[in-house]
Amino acid sequence: MTDLLSIHNLVKRYKQLTAVDGISFSVAKGQCFGLLGPNGAGKTTTIEMMEGISKPTSGEVRLFGEPASRKAFERVGIQFQNTALQDYLTVAETLKLFAAFYTKTIDRDELVELCSLGEFLNRDARKLSGGQRQRLLLALALINDPDLVFLDEPTTGLDPQSRRNFWELVQAIKRRGKTIVLTTHYMDEAETLCDDIAIMDQGRIVERGSPAQLLDRHFEGVMVHLPASAVDGKTLPFDMLINRERVEIQTTAVDATVRQLADAQVSLTGLQVKSPNLDDLFLKLTGHALRA
Amino acid sequence: MMSRLLAVFNARNKEFWRDRSSLAWNFAFPFLLVFGFYFIFGQGMPMFKVGVISEHDAYISRPAFMQLSHIQFVPYEELDQALNRARRHQIDLVLDLDRQLYWVNEESRNGYVAERLLVNADPEFNRRVVQGEPIRYVDWVLPGIIGMNIMFSSLFGVGYAIVRYRKNGVLKRLKATPLSAFEFVSAQILSRLLTVMLVASIIYFGSHWALSTLMLGSAFSLLVTLFIGALALISLGLAVASRSRSEELTGGLMNMATWPMMGLSQVWFSLEGAPPMVQSLANALPLTHLVSAAREITTEGASLMQVSDHLLILVGMTALFLGVAALLFNWDSDHR
Ligand SMILES: Nc1ncnc2c1ncn2[C@@H]1O[C@H](COP(=O)(O)OP(=O)(O)OP(=O)(O)O)[C@@H](O)[C@H]1O
Ligand SMILES: [Mg+2]
Repeated sequence: MTDLLSIHNLVKRYKQLTAVDGISFSVAKGQCFGLLGPNGAGKTTTIEMMEGISKPTSGEVRLFGEPASRKAFERVGIQFQNTALQDYLTVAETLKLFAAFYTKTIDRDELVELCSLGEFLNRDARKLSGGQRQRLLLALALINDPDLVFLDEPTTGLDPQSRRNFWELVQAIKRRGKTIVLTTHYMDEAETLCDDIAIMDQGRIVERGSPAQLLDRHFEGVMVHLPASAVDGKTLPFDMLINRERVEIQTTAVDATVRQLADAQVSLTGLQVKSPNLDDLFLKLTGHALRA
Repeated sequence: MMSRLLAVFNARNKEFWRDRSSLAWNFAFPFLLVFGFYFIFGQGMPMFKVGVISEHDAYISRPAFMQLSHIQFVPYEELDQALNRARRHQIDLVLDLDRQLYWVNEESRNGYVAERLLVNADPEFNRRVVQGEPIRYVDWVLPGIIGMNIMFSSLFGVGYAIVRYRKNGVLKRLKATPLSAFEFVSAQILSRLLTVMLVASIIYFGSHWALSTLMLGSAFSLLVTLFIGALALISLGLAVASRSRSEELTGGLMNMATWPMMGLSQVWFSLEGAPPMVQSLANALPLTHLVSAAREITTEGASLMQVSDHLLILVGMTALFLGVAALLFNWDSDHR
């Protein structure tokens, strides 16, 4: 069996709150699996149950074809959403500390090179910038040369340049044949990195598939955007998704749609036409009042 | 400006009143202290301390001297023990009721006065003499100070650190590696043991060298004693921190452990002659045994065998605390 990781009917309850509500999926070897969802959707809770950090209320996690256990930690690399590191240790000392925990480790120089840690190896780990810190945390996740890597929002808080650098890094890891499970809020990130995506909302998986599949499934043609004020109080003969100051119309026939709008005396100032991306899908699935 | 100040004032007040654990602590603690000191010092300090040998219930009448006020009579099982105290001016006279003998240290001012009182009341007692310099307070208090230092360093160094690691997520990050709780905790213990032993040795042998403080026993016995005592206190720190997620609560528990020990473990003053209840309470505290054993070694030249009862109790306490810590230890953290 090629599924490196699979979960069945996973549930996590905190008192009356059900953070994860019976989800199942599996991740094949060599894949990059993306867990997407708005804040509080249950991504971190799910990923921590997969890592074996927290116990599911019910359901099963299988790692490497076996029920998850501490044994699996040797083969798993984990980057938490945010973590403190031991104070007063330099980057090099932190790497050494974590390397000591594992029987098999990746060559240190290779790791330093891969994550570009060279320029601050001897700096106190607390004094790193957000992006440098993120690279160190990733290095710690990779230190045991894991087969499976969990990344919980690895690029949150990074500048666009650092994010792109980080993506390259993740792609380099992928090329080494690692399986990656990552959570993110950034659709462009998921689109770039992930082969397979699950969108979560309120503890459930609301969509599942490759980025292209998802878009095909939910969008036909293109999207026409208008300022919300332009359609205020008008009745129009098609479905619209209203999102704050913007109205979104999905259409396969742009010409006809624009003509209909003009006929309805809608001002076309500010009209945009674009092809849908995962951002649009995300909003469609997890957000905001739909109206006919 | 006032409204901003008031806003922060209100926020801080809410924080304080809503943190139940520290609130209870802030009220309970002063009360406990007041009650504690009431019981220890409620009856006031006596003017003289007299050691009494072979006092039996069989005596129909006690010597007239023993009816006097403001003298505290401390029973001793063995004459040697009492005489040692008299030599060091820690008691003013020793009485042997069976043989109608008394011992006085001629270099002791208090001894001189107490002797006058005794001779006046019971002229039939015969005089014996002991000799010896008074033990300086610095010699007496040094083992107490070392013990206290070990206590703070052990409790806070291990207990606080673990709660902090738990809170800020270091513990969680470590949990995500093959490192086991046992390995983690052992490393904490060993690291703190090393620090504590190093600091204690430097203070002890440093002051011995610089101030020629008393060191009648062997350095080895002292180190063994300090080591066992530190182990017990570190284990206590672990037990206190094994579950807690709140620094405030842990701080409270730590205070609850340290204050009684500072007061009752004879760090600053002797509890000889204190009410039995206080003494048995003191005997339940690890620091009491650490300080007593260290003090017997440095000021009385005791051997390890002679302090073995203290050491055994410390070992027992260590086992108990470690057991509790192992049962309760919690990797999880609130940190996300
Ligand atoms: N220890 C806990 N006790 C109670 N509730 C919790 C706990 N941990 C998480 N929750 C709740 O579970 C839900 C899911 O949280 P989770 O952290 O998994 O979301 P997330 O998808 O990772 O969000 P984000 O994108 O903001 O990181 C949230 O409503 C959160 O408040
Ligand atoms: Mg999260």
